[in-house]
Amino acid sequence: MPIGVDEWVARSNERADQLPGWRGRLARDLNRVGWWPKLAVCGVLAALFPLLGPNDFQLQVGINSLLLAMLALGLNISVGWAGLLDLGYIAFYGFGAYGFALLSSQQLHQPNGIHMQAWQSIPLVLIAAAILGLLVGLPSRRLIGDYLAIVTLFFGEVFLEFTTNVATDKLGGPNGIPAIDPIKGFGHQILSLKGYYYFLLVAILVVIAALHLLDASRTGRAWRAIREDPLAANLMTIPVNRLKLMAFSFGAVVAALAGTIFAAQQGAVFPTDFDTPFLIFIYAGLILGGSGSIAGAVMGGLVVSVTLEFLRNPTEAGYLFYGLIIFTLIMRMRPWVKLAAIVVGTVAFGFIARAVVGAVSSAATAGSPHSGGWVGDVLDHWVIVPANPKNFGNICFVVLVCSLIALVQMKNKRLRTILLIPVIYLAAVVWESRLAVEPSITRQILIGAILIVMMNARPQGLLGKRRVEVV
Amino acid sequence: MAPLLELDRVGLAFGGLHALRDLELVIDEGEIVSVIGPNGAGKTTLFNLVTGIYEPTSGDIRFAGESVVGKQPFQITRLGIARTFQSLRLFLNMTVKENVMAATYGHTHATPPESILRLPRARREEREVKAQAEDVLGFFGERLMGYRWDQPAYVLSYANRRRLEIARAMAAQPRLLLLDEPAAGMNPNETLEITELIGRLRDERGLTILVIEHDMHVVEGISDRVVALDHGEKIAEGSFEQVATHPSVVEAYLGRNPEALAEE
Repeated sequence: MPIGVDEWVARSNERADQLPGWRGRLARDLNRVGWWPKLAVCGVLAALFPLLGPNDFQLQVGINSLLLAMLALGLNISVGWAGLLDLGYIAFYGFGAYGFALLSSQQLHQPNGIHMQAWQSIPLVLIAAAILGLLVGLPSRRLIGDYLAIVTLFFGEVFLEFTTNVATDKLGGPNGIPAIDPIKGFGHQILSLKGYYYFLLVAILVVIAALHLLDASRTGRAWRAIREDPLAANLMTIPVNRLKLMAFSFGAVVAALAGTIFAAQQGAVFPTDFDTPFLIFIYAGLILGGSGSIAGAVMGGLVVSVTLEFLRNPTEAGYLFYGLIIFTLIMRMRPWVKLAAIVVGTVAFGFIARAVVGAVSSAATAGSPHSGGWVGDVLDHWVIVPANPKNFGNICFVVLVCSLIALVQMKNKRLRTILLIPVIYLAAVVWESRLAVEPSITRQILIGAILIVMMNARPQGLLGKRRVEVV
Repeated sequence: MAPLLELDRVGLAFGGLHALRDLELVIDEGEIVSVIGPNGAGKTTLFNLVTGIYEPTSGDIRFAGESVVGKQPFQITRLGIARTFQSLRLFLNMTVKENVMAATYGHTHATPPESILRLPRARREEREVKAQAEDVLGFFGERLMGYRWDQPAYVLSYANRRRLEIARAMAAQPRLLLLDEPAAGMNPNETLEITELIGRLRDERGLTILVIEHDMHVVEGISDRVVALDHGEKIAEGSFEQVATHPSVVEAYLGRNPEALAEE
């Protein structure tokens, strides 16, 4: 068969995959390995983590990471595969947690309460979650895109309102449900963090295997067909509405499973555990890892979760903040002379600005950077931090946001490059005087910044496949 | 021979606008029928009615003796009517093979638990569906074979996308195939190939074919019968020669003869 231009273009992806040298060989060898040996290796590696002797905090971070990974997996079904923007997903997680809590505590049927075995209560909760998923999925029969997102967001908020205000004697209102039993059954119960880590690990491996097999089946193909073109899918024998409901239902079951383990491990659940900011972290994980990819969802969940913990400490958050700025500069600034000029310019600009401001008023530079460690030492004579940085930092933050927007809009390239120097400096000032003090807000801003950088550098996410909208 | 598709005084009105009016059409098993007409004549609307995207406001559509009015598109396709689209609607981010396999959903029955546990029925169906997809793609010679199977559909050239659309429709196991401008945007060689392909679809696969086409060479080459539409009404029907020389058809395409106008 003669190979024409059309063939050559079509094969471009294939050629790109064939990297030269050892990297190409490694990629090809990895491709040849089946999915379950890879999963087994990942499982064994993850199982080694508790053996490294982590402290309780690190073990808890490990559990939270696995939970977020499992939640991202469930979200991937409706969002990544079926293409349904579901913003009420967090309610399924909460439903699983509250369901388990009610069946394994003093809350119902007082004074003794219901104390079911886990092998009874978890399946019960999952079945109920599957039915709830069908109900919440009903609007997707008629609504798509933004409209579906708004309606499902409403469901998520209803769950919060419901658990906070309705039947407070049973659901505990804002005080939640305390004293939940651990996971128990067949005469055993899980009490240690290590035990929960392993239980969760097994659960997530089962979920991954099940979802992989489902993805490769007629159901998985039909979901993806609906994401690509619902009308064409309908005309190709696929009952679109039924499959949309199924996607919601499967996602709900995975989220509820995560919820039951969360409730058992924490021993108490509160409405605020299931608020919208946490939903955004699940979405961040899915998008960062690569929507539509199982490995991506797991990876994204782990990365976001570990990053969030990392960001609690101002010094460590500082590494990430400056690292992001430097990484972006290196990625975007070509040629390297320009990059060097910006770096040198920013350093010089900082010393001059601080000297000038210090000469005018010594109080204006009396504070010290909030970053500790060597970053703080290095920056001490460079950034401007006044004695009372709160208002100063707030104003600088607003100015920073405005100037960033202005910079993006600017057409004149030379001017834009020059103005980048004070803007980078301003970012450092804002960070040291204000943002590093407020980790709870800062980490959300930083996750947003990571997503923006990521979407620019690799729109398909860490492990996702490149997708086209219309060609 | 029993008629496969019968349109009985079918009409579709959007408010006061009549997209189709009192259309009578009978297609026998094994026929290749072309639908021609100027833009906006109602050709694609006819396809949309038959496949269930629209519901007729009057009249009845029967497929193999059974009324399909009020049925969902996926149900109608399962009965045996598959179509392609004028503006291609492939599942662009799925592989070539998956595009075809997706269309077999209605003819397989494994439930999600069966698929997850790889129970015998799921495994057997998966094998059959793969073999069927390879068979259907093989119908187009080398064009959609080999390394192409695992490529996403978006890397395909325009002509190959048209072929893949036909392959996908074939995988839905139809008795009646509706082709919406299969030769649109093709070069003369590819057009010739499509003409031959449509004949093979009937001869080798036993399909009955209803085709919308603007290229008169294609229409002439393939049609047992030609139906001409204009303003939602059938203006002529018969062999290619009869329809091509029919005064109403000439008028619809070229306007009225000035001499005839003068006589009036």
